[in-house]
Amino acid sequence: MSTLTEAPPPLAPEAPEPKPPRRRGRWTPYWLLLPGILWLLVFFALPMIYQASTSVQTGSLEEGYKVTWHFATYWDALSAYWPQFVRSVLYAGTATILCLLLGYPLAYLIAFRAGRWRNLIMILVIAPFFTSFLIRTLAWKTILADGGPLVGALDTLHVLDVTGWLGWTAGDRVLATPLAVVCGLTYNFLPFMILPLYTSLERIDGRLHEAAGDLYARPWTTFRKVTFPLSMPGVVSGTLLTFIPATGDYVNADLLGSTDTRMVGNVIQTQFLRVLDYPTAAALSFILMAAILLMVTLYIRRSGTEDLV
Amino acid sequence: MTNKTDPTGDVRLTGISKTYGAFTAVHPLDLTVPQGSFFALLGASGCGKTTTLRMIAGLEEPSAGTVSLGGQDVTALPPYKRPVNTVFQSYALFPHLDIFENVAFGLRRRGIKSVKKQVEEMLDLVQLGEQARKKPHQLSGGQQQRVAVARALINHPKVLLLDEPLGALDLKLRRQMQLELKRIQTEVGITFIHVTHDQEEAMTMADTVAVMNAGRVEQLGSPADLYENPRTTFVANFLGTSNFIEAEVDSKSGEEIVLKAGGGKLVLPEARCSAPATTGGKVLVGVRPEKISLTHADDAGEIPDGRNRITGRIADSSFIGVSTQYVVDSPVCTDFEVYAQNIDRDPRLVPGAEVVLHWNPAHTFGLDADQDADAGVEEAA
Repeated sequence: MSTLTEAPPPLAPEAPEPKPPRRRGRWTPYWLLLPGILWLLVFFALPMIYQASTSVQTGSLEEGYKVTWHFATYWDALSAYWPQFVRSVLYAGTATILCLLLGYPLAYLIAFRAGRWRNLIMILVIAPFFTSFLIRTLAWKTILADGGPLVGALDTLHVLDVTGWLGWTAGDRVLATPLAVVCGLTYNFLPFMILPLYTSLERIDGRLHEAAGDLYARPWTTFRKVTFPLSMPGVVSGTLLTFIPATGDYVNADLLGSTDTRMVGNVIQTQFLRVLDYPTAAALSFILMAAILLMVTLYIRRSGTEDLV
Repeated sequence: MTNKTDPTGDVRLTGISKTYGAFTAVHPLDLTVPQGSFFALLGASGCGKTTTLRMIAGLEEPSAGTVSLGGQDVTALPPYKRPVNTVFQSYALFPHLDIFENVAFGLRRRGIKSVKKQVEEMLDLVQLGEQARKKPHQLSGGQQQRVAVARALINHPKVLLLDEPLGALDLKLRRQMQLELKRIQTEVGITFIHVTHDQEEAMTMADTVAVMNAGRVEQLGSPADLYENPRTTFVANFLGTSNFIEAEVDSKSGEEIVLKAGGGKLVLPEARCSAPATTGGKVLVGVRPEKISLTHADDAGEIPDGRNRITGRIADSSFIGVSTQYVVDSPVCTDFEVYAQNIDRDPRLVPGAEVVLHWNPAHTFGLDADQDADAGVEEAA
């Protein structure tokens, strides 16, 4: 058995170790960040600073505005328009809850039950985006038109009596009432709720459902204890994506509402474009931003989803 | 079989089958797993072993047949009503709950309020007492595996089902967990039904192994019995390696069958022949590689009488430390595999050497010649 006793043939002489290549990539991440940072600076940071300075100016359109550090504008704006703020939060909140109630079952269906229909339903969810926001909202004007089939049916069924009693509708009208605005908001922001919900439901491992069933959880308990908690990231991002833009929205209140349903977005729009009171408009924008930031922070803290994402 | 009350906790599958459209995943199957045993369903992927397990768990509805546990027909019960728990492949731990709550899940669902003591005891049993407040993703694969076992065992199921529980672990950890699971099973005395494609795992752990192939149980028995007395070439090849020689039955004398293969004669104990051996008929003669001795042709005279022998030439040899594996070409069978313990190595046994292969006739087994001698070779690889 010679092969075992013989020494192995010497290995080929090792090539000299190549010099480590110059670290050329050190600056690459920053170069890649540059376009985004520039974009943010020019289109976000600068306008914000400009806006902030506007909010503390005084003067008039004829004489021009000057920065006078007049912070009282904030207080004046808030005391004059607090009902619109409350209304914005109320409408947007209601629309968000409605979106969640409507969107969750649909997202669940698409994620777990749709099978080969999944893509088709997804396209149907996204399809409204192919039409302009304005046109879609105007279509609701037709749907909710006075004496139209829907309103007629609701009237016959005495639904309007109930909603009228609650203050959501007025008489036999739906258009130009809070209900119409909330319907418009719900409709327009529903896809923003469904998509994140679907994404987080779809990521849930189906075996977790089996495991829960195997561990004596009935289907409803499985949903409460496993599926829903695991879909919380989707619930949180869906509600944020719905609530934040809905709070600042003015198109729905403008087209489907009346002067009694004006939201803070409408006030800002009017101040900027009709009254031309720039300081008040800017101050209102900042108050809205701060309010949303505060509510969102509290919400995320409370829902405690940091662990899940 | 009737459904009248059975005093034991046996798992009984009666004529159970599963079809998906035209595809039959499990052919009608009768199987009884005695209470307290460690039972393994062994087979390649797609052989129906996992489907069988899932039908016991209630996660899959059988197309026909019944499942009964300790005499109670549970075929129509949903999983959450069966006294059975499963350790899933890749564990399926709840990622949003910590280890304690994962283990407590089953108890809480059954409305048990004071779970602390039980959960702590169970975590101690699987040696994870320290990790109770961690989330699953913070644990290693082996630890997650033990959580999965604890989460199932704490419910004191009649049967614990394990679906390839060690598949995701590396080799060393897998060996360790095999012993661990065996220890736990002995300790708690619950029936374990273990699905695996790893023949070594099945043989190390189980009392009884059922080898499945293409939706059928090929053979059922203790690991040693399956290994020594395979009844089909599939079992012979799936459990370890076998050499096969096609031989003709020459004569029968008492307990022995004498066969002709090539120019020589081989002896096979009749008790070890599962095929009908009629004179003139064909039989596949099998022998395991480690049972064979290798002697250089020059020393052929030293081989004791009464041993089966065939001649050949070494085609290849590979040294693997504890043994050397030879591939020998012989007129009756190409690629004859021989494993020789490295005790006294003969330096003449190198590729190209003429050798005599010989073994004790008692180590020969006979199979029906009407089957593919290579069945199960690929699956086992």
